[in-house]
Amino acid sequence: MADVVVRTTNVVKVYGMGEAEVRALNGVSCEIYRGEYVSIMGPSGSGKSTLFNMIGGLDKPDEGSVFVNSVDIAQLTARELAFLRCHTIGYIFQTFNLITVRTALENVTLPMLFAGMQPDEADERGMMLLDLVGLQNRYHHRPNELSGGQQQRVAIARALANNPSIVLADEPTGNLDLRTGKEIIELLRRLNKEQGVTIISATHDLKMLDASDRIFHIRDGQLAKIETREELTLQVGSVQGED
Amino acid sequence: MDPRSTALPTKEIKNTDPPLWVAWHQALASIRVRFVRQAVTCLGVALGIAFFASIQLLREAQAASAEPQDAARLKWLVATSLVMCLVGVTNSMLMSVAERYREIGTIKCLGASDGFIVKVFCIEAALLGLIGSVGGSLIGAGLMSIVLAIDGSSAGWEGFLKVVGLGTLVGVLMTIVAAIAPAIQAARMPAAAALRVEV
Repeated sequence: MADVVVRTTNVVKVYGMGEAEVRALNGVSCEIYRGEYVSIMGPSGSGKSTLFNMIGGLDKPDEGSVFVNSVDIAQLTARELAFLRCHTIGYIFQTFNLITVRTALENVTLPMLFAGMQPDEADERGMMLLDLVGLQNRYHHRPNELSGGQQQRVAIARALANNPSIVLADEPTGNLDLRTGKEIIELLRRLNKEQGVTIISATHDLKMLDASDRIFHIRDGQLAKIETREELTLQVGSVQGED
Repeated sequence: MDPRSTALPTKEIKNTDPPLWVAWHQALASIRVRFVRQAVTCLGVALGIAFFASIQLLREAQAASAEPQDAARLKWLVATSLVMCLVGVTNSMLMSVAERYREIGTIKCLGASDGFIVKVFCIEAALLGLIGSVGGSLIGAGLMSIVLAIDGSSAGWEGFLKVVGLGTLVGVLMTIVAAIAPAIQAARMPAAAALRVEV
């Protein structure tokens, strides 16, 4: 697994100024490989969402660099960033963030249209993706007519629209009940195994640990430790208390 | 080459905007689904333009007969109505963009360029502006025609149509101008910041 998809070097992100300055990220360096399932864990305010935003090209670092597929995100223009987000990265959010005025299918096909795909082709692929997440029957429903779990499934299908290198999931189970959360984790894991999608997930859901190949622990804006799943199994019951 | 490899092909980057109909559909969907909210915006435009159209029709009707003093007063009234209209429309448009920061952030995550977002808002504003100002000018000019008719004067059909045309043009332009600044500002926001905004 030498193929690096994401590399960050000494990433620093500062919010506010002067007295109120907060170093949300304080020198984070890491590498994520193609096909991996990585969970970024840490307490609220530890900087995991900020790291998520950096890797996703949603925000730029104040110092250091973020490389996605060997492209330095900080060097990209707004248009190039839009291109990167469209083709290389799929996003899943805690609050689902579907476009409320469009149907499930339209939500899934929108990124394809941005990528220049023909509408017929996009509809066909959209239905295929909705089938993949088990929602082909509800393609014409708008988000407010779907349950939380179903909305998150649509969001996952949408994230896969342009066959991205990375799928970024920010607390994907945060707004879901235990069982639905588990289903979503299983779905993500299945997509990771079957489609080879790299999944990076910021979370403090302990259920996520079992699905992950590696776990990055973030504390006070720094990468405190990296665990592999093998290491984790040995520690179950001792260290895995809720942060 | 690995089909999953998505290193940026620089030559394609220039052409990332989807065709205009994608923006058109997005704008239409937004108007359809938020019908009541958009109707209120439309009504705001209509009221402002109705005031403008009524004063303008009065000017048309009195163009020949009015004393210079009256003409000046009417001009002043038209200017006031325009300012009122602009404030109302700008307020509606600012609100309509502000309450959708999150949607804008999400669409940016899906790969929309800044230009696409501005386009969607401009199409929406133009449509709302068109409906609001045609309605508003008809109401304003119509009511003033009735008042004039009671007084025994009239601006004639030509004057009426002229006022409706002018009202519509002014209304549409004003709505687009009012929408464009907040839309550009929202589109330029980093996606992460747009997603964080709570309204």
